[in-house]
Amino acid sequence: MPQLSACPSCEEPLESGDLFCGACGYDLSAVPARPATSPNGSAVPAPNGSAAASGQPSEWPVAPEVDSSDTPAPTHLPTDLPGTDSRGTQLGAGPRSSEPGPQPPQPGPRSGEPDEYALPAPGAMPEGGAVPEAAPVPDGATAVPTDGAEPADPRTHAPDPAPPAGTKLCVACRSGRVDPDGYCENCGHAQPRERDHMEEELDAVAAVSDRGLRHHRNEDAFAISAAALPDGSPAVVAIVCDGVSSATRPDEASLAASRAANESLQGSLPRGTHPQQAMHEAILSAAEAVNSLATEPASAREHSPHQNAPACTLVGTIVAGGLLVVGWVGDSRAYWIPDDRSGPAARLTEDDSWAAQMVAAGLMNEAEAYADDRAHAITGWLGADAYELEPHTASFKPDRAGVVVVCTDGLWNYAEAVEDMARAVPADAAERPLHSAQVLVGHALDGGGHDNVTVAVVPFPYAPQGAGSA
Amino acid sequence: MANFSKSNVPQFSVDVYQNEFLPEGGREVNAIATVTSTGGGTVGSAVSAPHLYSAGQSPDAAVAIMVDCSGSMEYPPTKMRGARDATAAAIDAVRDGVRFAVIGGTHIAKEVYPGNGRLAVAGPETREQAKQALRRLSAGGGTAIGTWLRLADRLLASADIAPSAVRHGILLTDGRNEHESPEDLRTALDSCAGRFTCDARGVGTDWEVKEVTAIASALLGTADIVADPAGLAADFTHMMETAMGKEVADVGLRLWTPVGVEIKFVKQVAPTVEELTGRRTEAGPRAGDYPTGSWGDESRDYHICVRVPSAAIGQEMLAARVSLIVPQGDGGTQTLAQGLVRAVWTDDMAASTSINPQVAHYTGQAELAQVIQQGLDARKSGDLDGATAKLGRAVQLAAASGNADTAKLLSKVVDVVDAAEGTVRLKAKVAEADEMTLETRSTKTVRVKKQ
Repeated sequence: MPQLSACPSCEEPLESGDLFCGACGYDLSAVPARPATSPNGSAVPAPNGSAAASGQPSEWPVAPEVDSSDTPAPTHLPTDLPGTDSRGTQLGAGPRSSEPGPQPPQPGPRSGEPDEYALPAPGAMPEGGAVPEAAPVPDGATAVPTDGAEPADPRTHAPDPAPPAGTKLCVACRSGRVDPDGYCENCGHAQPRERDHMEEELDAVAAVSDRGLRHHRNEDAFAISAAALPDGSPAVVAIVCDGVSSATRPDEASLAASRAANESLQGSLPRGTHPQQAMHEAILSAAEAVNSLATEPASAREHSPHQNAPACTLVGTIVAGGLLVVGWVGDSRAYWIPDDRSGPAARLTEDDSWAAQMVAAGLMNEAEAYADDRAHAITGWLGADAYELEPHTASFKPDRAGVVVVCTDGLWNYAEAVEDMARAVPADAAERPLHSAQVLVGHALDGGGHDNVTVAVVPFPYAPQGAGSA
Repeated sequence: MANFSKSNVPQFSVDVYQNEFLPEGGREVNAIATVTSTGGGTVGSAVSAPHLYSAGQSPDAAVAIMVDCSGSMEYPPTKMRGARDATAAAIDAVRDGVRFAVIGGTHIAKEVYPGNGRLAVAGPETREQAKQALRRLSAGGGTAIGTWLRLADRLLASADIAPSAVRHGILLTDGRNEHESPEDLRTALDSCAGRFTCDARGVGTDWEVKEVTAIASALLGTADIVADPAGLAADFTHMMETAMGKEVADVGLRLWTPVGVEIKFVKQVAPTVEELTGRRTEAGPRAGDYPTGSWGDESRDYHICVRVPSAAIGQEMLAARVSLIVPQGDGGTQTLAQGLVRAVWTDDMAASTSINPQVAHYTGQAELAQVIQQGLDARKSGDLDGATAKLGRAVQLAAASGNADTAKLLSKVVDVVDAAEGTVRLKAKVAEADEMTLETRSTKTVRVKKQ
């Protein structure tokens, strides 16, 4: 009997041992087995034999000294360039203060060359910038395939949402049939849609997306996959997109963008493109995919001429070759959470938002800016109406193991500060990424679930220099 | 037997315009459903392009022309002459093969052509015979319109055509329905409703606007004034051509609503305002049909307002399903097209407070028709302040919505001081024809201005 956390038809939470959903009567035995998880963090043991629980130490490829274009890999030293923390102040630039840094990091690459950020020192910000003592590899906790030498090409498919409901009884009144349009023939209630709640798990990455409690549809989308670098080592990809509600068809925009970015990376990473460059290109192809939606049904535009072209945000991460690459447009974020919580966590992205710009320009402090009604107005997005596409990318080389939490504002609104996010992420996130993503979605829903919530959790396994050949 | 798979039968489509977003606790859902039928050829195509209709292929139809022959038609004599000429012109517009009859109406109804309780089949010969018969029309007697309608109903029902064929009447009167009670006319209309459609025309200015519009409304046709008898022929030709362009009869607007949803109103709002709420016939669980009559190539708009049970933020429901149906020979119905009216609860104030432009426009058009009626009634009853206020509001609404025809009619009844503000003065002297024209045409609407 698969252990389900919620009814696949109506998302009603289930008790263990339930045979039918208490709300809609869904036959739970008809549900394919899913990895053992619980969204509220109750301990459900990971199945034996999974890579995450195998206890085998994993080999993690050493970061190449040069990338495929024979240029040295980007800067990796923690102190070369500052990262930013959640207040927009610079990491490693002295004591954190609530005052904006004089030069807020506004990456502005227009040349096609990705920005290069140094490590925002997810490590302990050591004075002198030396790579700290090898952070302990969590015992057997890295979620990469144990056979690092010959990874089966771990490419993946599109997200596989919850199975279609076998019984077509209304989830609200439990008596009406569901018509082909997806509404109850008795009470008219809209039935849960495929995208209302989606989960996907691969060996080394997992993502969960949920409609939330206040929105009538899920306009977020994600894509996760694992590619192989030319040397056969794995490259794990997670893309998360948030449709812009004030534009038309935001759900289509986010889906198109996440798919396009993922496909682009599936093509470029195995060819040996440097991950940061690959991320830059992926954002460009995502933008193109969203732009092309604007031209689609002319009749729809005729009827509602004042609507904006489809648009969405994008944040993505690549974990490959000892590097952690992030890329983003808009206000979706990536956070670095080390496995050893004694080390500092960090926000890896800088919102394209009104509030962030105000803070960056020194016009307001963070508290003032985020209290403003306009705080969440985004200043960068993918879509035909975007003034100028400015993909931001950054490359980090963490000195210890951790996870990257890639999420939409539906989550970070409830864990904005990096410390709050770190507290919300379960301690065993690297071992159980799907579980952690579920917990984080649960955190947003418990907080009110005012927006769609999408979270991808990508473990970053740290292999100390030389460990791979030892 | 009419075959709906034939290419000359229109394709129906339903487009729903609404703001589906409701605030927390919001319960009222408004939607405009635009119903369009296309592909059936243009209006009057069988007349203007008869070669497209080979024998036996044109849609079955039967028409009856009811001409007022009461004594007053001779005062002035141009009325009777105009009526004869107009009827002849209408007969010329009847397509070959269509069944037709001419009825002379007084306090009783008489068959003028072909007689003996039959209908003639239109052709060069029968048209000529019918026109000869018109010469025998003479004025004399009273007016009992109910009897004319009952005879038309009997004749049209006797026609040897498919039950689903278009049956249509054209009725001309010049005076009040004085020789039967209003209840008699009402009963006659009730018994004819759904059996044939009918356009009604008043000639001159001695007839009662509310009687003529009630006939057209009950029988799903048009009503108008022809103040000058000289204009009758052109109007009759146009009416008959429109009737010949109708290709599907007895189309119903079916509204399905979920449990707990209350229908506040259903109105046709274009091309004219026509209240349909009370004309529902139940059609299965939670569904009801509202009559729309016969359709050619045309487009009409319907305003649907329902009250849904309140639901939590983030919920979505189907508030109503709108479909167009036609009865089938076997007693069942065929669905021609459908659209969905939705309700979505949101805490986004910008979304929930905006009013759909179509809904706003037609709410204004319906109010326009109403305030014209109220203003004219107030004027007749001597309430000049009330009339000024209502007609002022009408001028304002007509100007704001771009309803130029109605604005022009209003300007013959009031002096417009400021159209945008709705400031008007009642004209001291108003031609009766102008006032009757305004009243008869008050329900005509315009569509939303192109953005």
